[in-house]
Amino acid sequence: MAQIIVVTSGKGGVGKTTSSAAIATGLALKGKKTVVIDFDIGLRNLDLIMGCERRVVYDFVNVINGEANLNQALIKDKRCDKLFILPASQTRDKDALTKEGVGRVLDDLAKDFDYIVCDSPAGIEQGAMMALYFADIAIVTTNPEVSSVRDSDRILGMLQSRSRRAEQSLEPIKEYLLLTRYSPARVKTGEMLGVEDVKEILAIELLGVIPESQSVLKASNSGVPVIIDQESDAGLAYSDTVARLLGEDVPVRFITEEKRDSLKGYLVANYVDT
Amino acid sequence: MAKQNLELKATSFTLSVLHINHHDLDLVAAELDNKLAQAPQFFLGAPLVLNLSAIQHTQIDFYALKQLLTDRNLIIVGITDASKEQIEQAKEMAIAVVKSGKQAPKAELPKRATKIVKQNVRSGQQIYAQNADLIIFGAVGNGAEVIADGSIHIYGALRGKAMAGAAGDNQSVIIANSLEAELVSIAGQYWLTEHLQQYTLNQRGCVRLDGESLTVESLPQ
Ligand SMILES: Nc1ncnc2c1ncn2[C@@H]1O[C@H](COP(=O)(O)OP(=O)(O)OP(=O)(O)O)[C@@H](O)[C@H]1O
Ligand SMILES: [Mg+2]
Repeated sequence: MAQIIVVTSGKGGVGKTTSSAAIATGLALKGKKTVVIDFDIGLRNLDLIMGCERRVVYDFVNVINGEANLNQALIKDKRCDKLFILPASQTRDKDALTKEGVGRVLDDLAKDFDYIVCDSPAGIEQGAMMALYFADIAIVTTNPEVSSVRDSDRILGMLQSRSRRAEQSLEPIKEYLLLTRYSPARVKTGEMLGVEDVKEILAIELLGVIPESQSVLKASNSGVPVIIDQESDAGLAYSDTVARLLGEDVPVRFITEEKRDSLKGYLVANYVDT
Repeated sequence: MAKQNLELKATSFTLSVLHINHHDLDLVAAELDNKLAQAPQFFLGAPLVLNLSAIQHTQIDFYALKQLLTDRNLIIVGITDASKEQIEQAKEMAIAVVKSGKQAPKAELPKRATKIVKQNVRSGQQIYAQNADLIIFGAVGNGAEVIADGSIHIYGALRGKAMAGAAGDNQSVIIANSLEAELVSIAGQYWLTEHLQQYTLNQRGCVRLDGESLTVESLPQ
């Protein structure tokens, strides 16, 4: 039976899709058969970040409506043969995601996969609710700022009251905090909340901290999940995150200002001055 | 504009009500003398309302009753719970017929239960402990609401809203490990963040009512 992971946040634009793509890829690279599903109906972009947008023929809603079977809709990743993508429809409305329909597709996938990663849309509407409803694990993606933390708290409430596990009084969803777009420099100036502040407010286990990094935009523009870029701090941080998800004990990096970089910046600045 | 010579205002007064429980006026007089002897000052010139409910269906000599009371310096201002005939008689003697307001129900202490919540209360969640105290093992997040008819104890930070004594119990308190609330309220008296912060800076404490206004008390370490 597969583990169903929802990557969720409440607030938009915090890095859910980036994280879904990276984590799904990371799990597959670790040998886990993984499928990543785009629940953001009407605004699909998971396929762009995964670099498979040209190969989309059928989508998630087609499968729910019985217009295509899973084999037709699943896209096999070109870099990793353990990884599959189930894209979202760009045209249909969000109400196409029914509990029965989503449940049926997830049941089918669960027979075949180790991990099912659900990339949730922002908000607390139908799409987001369906993405979290069947989850076993929630990765609550949060930026280190007040509004994002509040929305994450709200989503945690939903996980505890509106999910299948809550409704059926099963063991609760395992909740993890993934802090993204973390900028130690801006934490230091007080513009952003620190890791400890967010941990203290949300009171859930920290799965990872992904630094704010140019490499993320570069990676999504070229359709390569950033975890593939093992030169970048964000890529390494996602690798650490996946390792922790699989139970490894890995220390958190990139949460203090990097000495080398600032020194370099200092030398360059001086050089230009003189 | 000239000052009016009359002004009508409704005001309520508290009056003593004397229940006449027997039609035999000799018995009544004897008992009354007894009572007056115990506290003569208290009854001197006291305005009284007579409650006649126990003798509504018997004939009494109303004039004699009135005389009996005036003889003892008691002033009858009205009667209540009287029969039709008694009311007629009272009118003839220019005594008012009054109706008592609903008797305020004795403030019975409600039996109180305890509701225990063993998790963080998240933004958007609301917990109501009806006729109960509320104990939370965890934090109450911004945008979350905890309400109790009794007191609220939070073993964690209070960042959202807490309303104790929601049914009016002004003895209720709110206790939290860290008072960072958006709102605290006891029996309807409330403070928002800014006001609360004049008294405490995210410390452990107890919010309670002191008369009409809220106050924060520090707790022993
Ligand atoms: N660690 C990071 N460093 C820099 N930019 C980032 C990082 N993570 C995400 N971004 C950028 O933030 C933007 C939003 O990211 P993404 O699309 O993953 O968020 P989302 O939560 O899925 O958004 P939506 O709510 O719209 O679905 C993108 O432009 C992405 O490149
Ligand atoms: Mg997205």
